[in-house]
Amino acid sequence: MNDVISLSGVVKRFGPVVALDGLDLTVTSGEVHAFLGPNGAGKTTTLRVLLGLLRADEGAMQVLGMDPWHDAAALHRRLAYVPGDVSLWPSLSGGEVIDLIGRLRGGIDPARRDDLISLFDLDPRKKGRSYSKGNRQKVALIAALASDVELYLLDEPTSGLDPIMEAAFRDCVRDLRAEGRTILLSSHILSEAEALSDRVSIIRDGAIVESGTLEELRHLTRTTVVARVERPPSGLVELAGVHDLHSEDGELTAQVESHAMPAFVAALAASGVVSLESHPPTLEDLFLQHYART
Amino acid sequence: MATTAMQRTTADTTSRAGSPWTGTIPLLRFALRRDRILLPAWVVGFAAMVAFSVSATKDLYPTIASRVEAADAINATAALVALYGRVYDPTSLGALSLIKLTAFGAALVSVVFVFLTVRHTRSEEESGRLELLVAGVVGRAAPLGAALVYGFVGSIALGLLTTAGLVAVGLPVSGSVAFGISWMLSGIVFTAIAGVAAQLTVSHRAAIGLGVLAVAIAYVLRAVGDLAEGEPGWLSWLSPIGWSQQIRPFAGDRWWVTAIPIAATVILVPVAFALRSRRDLGSGLIADRLGPATGRLSTVDALTWRLQRGMLVAWLAGVAVMGFVLGSVAENISGLLDSEQMRQYIAILGGEQVLVDAFLAAEVAIFGVVIGGYAVSAMSRLRAEESSDHAELLLSTATRRVRWAVSHFGFALLATALVLAVGGFAVGLGHGASIGDVPGQTVRLTLAALGQLPAVWVMAALVLVIFGWLPRAVPAAWGLLVAFIVLGEFGALWDLPSWVLDLSPFAHSPTLPGQDVAWGSIVGLLAVAAFLTVLGLAGWRRRDLS
Ligand SMILES: Nc1ncnc2c1ncn2[C@@H]1O[C@H](COP(=O)(O)OP(=O)(O)OP(=O)(O)O)[C@@H](O)[C@H]1O
Ligand SMILES: [Mg+2]
Repeated sequence: MNDVISLSGVVKRFGPVVALDGLDLTVTSGEVHAFLGPNGAGKTTTLRVLLGLLRADEGAMQVLGMDPWHDAAALHRRLAYVPGDVSLWPSLSGGEVIDLIGRLRGGIDPARRDDLISLFDLDPRKKGRSYSKGNRQKVALIAALASDVELYLLDEPTSGLDPIMEAAFRDCVRDLRAEGRTILLSSHILSEAEALSDRVSIIRDGAIVESGTLEELRHLTRTTVVARVERPPSGLVELAGVHDLHSEDGELTAQVESHAMPAFVAALAASGVVSLESHPPTLEDLFLQHYART
Repeated sequence: MATTAMQRTTADTTSRAGSPWTGTIPLLRFALRRDRILLPAWVVGFAAMVAFSVSATKDLYPTIASRVEAADAINATAALVALYGRVYDPTSLGALSLIKLTAFGAALVSVVFVFLTVRHTRSEEESGRLELLVAGVVGRAAPLGAALVYGFVGSIALGLLTTAGLVAVGLPVSGSVAFGISWMLSGIVFTAIAGVAAQLTVSHRAAIGLGVLAVAIAYVLRAVGDLAEGEPGWLSWLSPIGWSQQIRPFAGDRWWVTAIPIAATVILVPVAFALRSRRDLGSGLIADRLGPATGRLSTVDALTWRLQRGMLVAWLAGVAVMGFVLGSVAENISGLLDSEQMRQYIAILGGEQVLVDAFLAAEVAIFGVVIGGYAVSAMSRLRAEESSDHAELLLSTATRRVRWAVSHFGFALLATALVLAVGGFAVGLGHGASIGDVPGQTVRLTLAALGQLPAVWVMAALVLVIFGWLPRAVPAAWGLLVAFIVLGEFGALWDLPSWVLDLSPFAHSPTLPGQDVAWGSIVGLLAVAAFLTVLGLAGWRRRDLS
């Protein structure tokens, strides 16, 4: 069994608010798993449950083979966490925080720490209160990335970083992945998830609505087709899996589900197709499809 | 030409950005709404306390002769004069029945206004909420302005309600107004002092510490000044709490004295604004220096020590100075026994030593509750670390939850012991130096002060229980401490049943020096502290981080 994280049927309530509503999530060893979802969907809550900072009301969970609530301290030796909203001690310098957190986690590699500090271009001598948001985030990131652990839980780690730092971050993640480490990355940034992740889970209202590799997810969504035809096509409307069909002056657009594609193309061919363009769904289409509330 | 153009541009930008005062009124309204329960609770509580005290004493002294006797006894007892001040008109029912609330009450009022003012200035700034506001339509000076006006409005409300309460229980109107004004002015002056303190420090805890230190200094100054024979010494005139006393409500109602606190406020307020305009939002006056690039901190305890040590040093310095000053005046007590009859009376009771000991024991008891405040402040760190999300980062490492809580709790236990010991030692040093017995008195008073430790530990454990079960209610621990102080000072006067008085841990502390130690009570307090510790940790172990 090489599932690093497995949650099933996890429910977390805050008074009347149901933050997690029967959440199932599996992250396998060695993968970069992107965790996407709109604001308030429950991403941070999930990560806090995984860390044993919050106690789930219902459901079964295992992280690295342990129960996060009962074995929190032992588990935390083997993982590193970057909170979504990093808040540092005002009077401690960034370097002090990096070393403290690293040591409390069970040790820090000084050479790696120094490399990361120069990679992220951080001045470690500044005090917590004088860092900008992005720099606070770098402090937590460096503390996490410099630790030698099996699992990294990163909550929107790049939300305050500039594009150059974001690129540096991506390089780090690729390196970690090459070393066989597992990363769960919550994010709003689709290009980041698309560029980095092996698998994606989309959460909405406290439950996973979609989970799989990008290929699998694309398969589940509709392809946009734009075609020029000689004769008005017949029989397309009746086809199951064809949506938003518009036809005007010989130009035809439609959204086609992947299973309907063979029949759709055959019908087009019968109508004398002149040109045909099709766009595979981007992650953004996927995302919007699940985010949009109907 | 170029200069004029530039000047014009600057002027334009300023006017477009609005005056530095823009937004004061909405901010004030926001503060009042935020404290719509807190502020009325304090104000009504204080006014009710005054009214209760008067109605309880009224029937005790029905005749002028009985009042004069009681007032003379107070004025002749140095311990009481140092704690409460003098009764300036022995025939006056108002002056006699409010003696405990004139200086002591003004000090409590002052502490509350320090809290409220810092709450609306430095705390807001530290949390970053102010940044959001200042970036909007709010001018630079507006948040401080709103906080000061808020404190002034609260003080005025307190003055009015207190006056009304006193009139309602049947005291003369003029004296009632004077008393209301004396409290009001304490509130106003310390609002201004806290406004200055909030500009000097970066953390709200340090600002509160500075403000409370100012109250303590004011209290001690007048304690020493009041001990002078006849008219109070010049030290009393340096103290805002002394000013409130010297208005002498119900004993002459000296209105001219009100000019002093008003003048002080008129000076302090511009100072606060000047300091504010000389620094950036979020910073203190002293610019941050760079820290080390690599850290030596490697354990939770080291972090706890790092976070708590500043406050500890401030408290140690504070109690050392206060203790020494109070210790030095203890021996002056014999000078106050002006009548031969009184001397004989004292001799029958056990001699001057008894009086001196009673005075010292009263100081030690005050240290106990004040350091109870330090226990609350040190323990509140736990909650502050949690709500600022520092705990989230820390507890995502291999640090165990309970280990982290115990780290701060253990610090609070040790630090309060140290502060008590140093306070007692300083009293002993002051007293010993004046009677020529430093070694004996320092040991005796250090031990006496440590007698307060079990009750202080109960206080710390109470905060742990609140933290474990109702984290959002941790600030209410301050209210609990005030309730204990009020019970100790006024409970007996109000004829409350003894089980209510016994609710306060401080009621079970030994009276040292001078009396025997009831070991049963000490063991009882320690057992309660141990039970509360287990209870608190059990709650913390099973709840969510929030
Ligand atoms: N301590 C809490 N008390 C009450 N409600 C909470 C608490 N923490 C989270 N919630 C609620 O739970 C839901 C999920 O919040 P969560 O922070 O997990 O969302 P998120 O996916 O991380 O959002 P974002 O993208 O904005 O960070 C929200 O409705 C939030 O209001
Ligand atoms: Mg979040």
